[in-house]
Amino acid sequence: MNKFELNPPSVGGIRPLHAFALLALAFGSSVAAAQGMTHDHGATHGATPAAPTPSPATPPAAGAHDHGATHRAPPAAAAASPSPQAPDAPVPQAAMDHGDMQGGSPPADARDPDAYANGHERGTGEHVPPGVTKLHLGDEHSFASFKLNRLERVFPRRGGNHTAYEGQLKFGGDFNHAVLKAEGEVAGGKLHESRTELLWGHAIAAYWDSQLGLRHDGGEGPSRTWLAFGVEGTAPYWIHTRVTAYLGQSGRTALRLEAEYDAYLTQKLVLQPKTEWHFYSKNDPEQGIGKGLSSASLGLRLRYEFTPQISPYIGVEWQRSFGRTADFMRDAGGRASQTRWVAGLSFWF
Amino acid sequence: MLIPSLLPAAGLLPRRRFLQAMTALGSTAALPAWAQALPAARTGTPPELRGPHFELTMDYTSVDFDGRRGIATTLNGSLPGPTLRMREGETVTIRVTNRLRETASIHWHGVILPFQMDGVPGISFAGIAPGETFTYRFTLEQSGTYWYHSHSGMQELTGIYGALIVEPRGGETIRAARDQVVLLSDWTGDDPMRALAKLKAEAHVYNQNNPTLVKLLRDARQHGMKAALAERDMWNAMRMSPTDLADLSSRVLSYLINGQASGANWTALFKPGERVRLRCINGAGNTFYDLRIPGLKLTVVQQDGQNVEPVTVDEFRIGPGQTCDVVVQPREDAYTLFAQSMDRTGAAIGTLAVREGLKAPVPVLDAVQWLSMADMMGGMDHGAHGGEGDASAAMMNHGSMDHSSMGHGAMNHGLADGNRPARASAQVRHARTEWGPGSDMRVDMPRANLDDPGVGLRNNGRRVLTLADLHTIGGPMDPRGAEREIELHLTGNMERYTWSIDGQRFADSKPVHFKYGERLRVILHNDTMMTHPMHLHGMWQELESPEGKFLARLHTIPVQPAQRLSFLVTADALGRWVWHCHLMFHMDLGMFREVVVS
Repeated sequence: MNKFELNPPSVGGIRPLHAFALLALAFGSSVAAAQGMTHDHGATHGATPAAPTPSPATPPAAGAHDHGATHRAPPAAAAASPSPQAPDAPVPQAAMDHGDMQGGSPPADARDPDAYANGHERGTGEHVPPGVTKLHLGDEHSFASFKLNRLERVFPRRGGNHTAYEGQLKFGGDFNHAVLKAEGEVAGGKLHESRTELLWGHAIAAYWDSQLGLRHDGGEGPSRTWLAFGVEGTAPYWIHTRVTAYLGQSGRTALRLEAEYDAYLTQKLVLQPKTEWHFYSKNDPEQGIGKGLSSASLGLRLRYEFTPQISPYIGVEWQRSFGRTADFMRDAGGRASQTRWVAGLSFWF
Repeated sequence: MLIPSLLPAAGLLPRRRFLQAMTALGSTAALPAWAQALPAARTGTPPELRGPHFELTMDYTSVDFDGRRGIATTLNGSLPGPTLRMREGETVTIRVTNRLRETASIHWHGVILPFQMDGVPGISFAGIAPGETFTYRFTLEQSGTYWYHSHSGMQELTGIYGALIVEPRGGETIRAARDQVVLLSDWTGDDPMRALAKLKAEAHVYNQNNPTLVKLLRDARQHGMKAALAERDMWNAMRMSPTDLADLSSRVLSYLINGQASGANWTALFKPGERVRLRCINGAGNTFYDLRIPGLKLTVVQQDGQNVEPVTVDEFRIGPGQTCDVVVQPREDAYTLFAQSMDRTGAAIGTLAVREGLKAPVPVLDAVQWLSMADMMGGMDHGAHGGEGDASAAMMNHGSMDHSSMGHGAMNHGLADGNRPARASAQVRHARTEWGPGSDMRVDMPRANLDDPGVGLRNNGRRVLTLADLHTIGGPMDPRGAEREIELHLTGNMERYTWSIDGQRFADSKPVHFKYGERLRVILHNDTMMTHPMHLHGMWQELESPEGKFLARLHTIPVQPAQRLSFLVTADALGRWVWHCHLMFHMDLGMFREVVVS
């Protein structure tokens, strides 16, 4: 929701990235991510350091971000079987590194999981009693969920208030699902702007889904439709990350980066920093968008989980437009950066 | 499943599910009129039925567990169902009538019988259709404490379970003046399918022990900020939660003892000085219980229905599907039977007393222990030997790790006779499907020791039963060594809430084939951070030590995180069987295999 400045205030000298780093520092678990520290705890034991952690704003490409980019330890190293009676033995350095516990691709000598079947199939063949049809369990079910992550009233430091929403409806199985994402702003009873995406999500790694579909920008001004392709998932340090590339009409392309993190202060009080970055390949004056980095925002919301499903929150959001977008903004009588307070509710079921 | 359950008018769902959805939405007040007219389930010590002929009827009843009301599916109106007493050698006939609106079944957990009587719909029979009666008939070739439960959908979570006691042919060898069934279970205040849908949407929804800033500051005060951050760093880098001890918690569960929540104070009577045998059964859908009776020593005499050399402990952990008989000798007026859930968010609580109405002091719940390094990486840490205390201890020990406990894997292949390896292979072999999106970790250096009581029970000052303490009287049932080895990995993805074996969900799996009559070794290797109680139908799992020594004959073996253990099986039961994790949601989501013996 960065393309229009409804109420242009001043930002008060706080830079979004700076603030994000400070926050991350304050909440322990994300400190390493913010500082670009390596996550190889094996270093404590004197093992070789693993790859540096990706920073939240620049998540790695699909497949490569799984912590375990390094290859699996050689079988000899894997064979250790500790027991109280075990003799002393040197520990292979490679095996000390937990980098190979996640992700990666199977080695050529990986076991065939079907080898124990000896040609038998489920639910057919000998010893299947009459009248028995093949068993289906919950792993084949589809599940649905609805999450309204933000339904908030926005209070800019100058100018009028408005309402913003952001949510998603998801339906499908473990590795393939459909997701409808919607976000927008309502001001003065009118849909000021909206962005709605219908995507097909497909699991590509333990923590990552690819997403392919359509995005439609509506509200005031001309509407735009884009083809969307992205990757969404959880980066190390529990940073929920989404990178989406868009291909629009007349050769327009765009890129959107998002990252958010839940810092549990107590079991019920959760501080959520969130950042968003938008890039466009072409000027689009009708939409108030300029080429290059158009806008970035940093939000900080403090929610109270009455139940894990219902949480009211308050927060603050800094937003800044850059380059031509900022010019468009100023031409329209607004400011390139603004601070706004928010109060809202999130719930899901 | 969530959307339909909110649209009952569409008529898409059985009435029970609709009712449970309504109950979940509106809590107690929303029970519709007809449901309020349902008979209340009888709870507490269930009625006892004696063989050889039994009649069981499934129907809907209402229940109220300390204010958590709902519709239960029960047997003969009782929760737990009636305790069935049979005799070894006897041929029993059990007629089960289904008055529910959905297909149902009963599985005789731990009982060796022809596979057509095993009661798994879609594998051993077609299930019991609504309105129908199915007649089970089998001859008992064993004795001991067992139990039975539905194997259909979520009925096991909504009340269809009970104790099954088989008296030995030659009379009891375990001396006790009193005999009491202690059936632990749990009740989901929500429709189980709704609870499952929530886990799919947010895998940590029921976790009440998330790492917090408050905890971080407390750790930092105790051990320094550097150590506190280093510990967080490790877990967070892996995207693993050190407190993911149970998928469900008291947020959604009531913990029951013989069908009663702790407010009801279920009481078993005794006379001072008597030997009392407690037949403990865990019939819970999701809960590992840690059971103790402050002031009493527990002498374990039977595990999974099989007599074991008596071992005296203060506490034992019992997972879903397991049974454990203990003998106690109470002398005071009252004792508290305290079974706390593994995640320490609640407990099933009852009383042993000389008369009704007495109560003994109730212990406070233990503090939550975080999973240790050993629970994630096995051999990476010496915590597996019981050396890890709480999270801070794990954190502190981390730096001064003992390397002496690792690395003898290559020498592990002693041969007993001919080509039969005397002990399990220590060579870890992951299946290629473990690199898919359904698995979030792989353990390359598992821990093989069996003397670890598990997370939450390490160094608590009490003597806690471990697998290494179990010795079935009479030794193995089959003197043969294993001719071949099967290695299965328990896998899952905590974030996606998927569960599988070898990284394959049930839908994509092929059966495991046992050659009829063969003696084989199975290695279970846990590549997750949860303990999975693995239950094989139709045949015994004869647990062995890492050195290949026989320990115990079990029907359900709990495999701890990053643990690798092995057992021998004699494939003497023709037919189609199943093998699964007894945590209901893990089972239903694919930690499940068909087994063909032919």
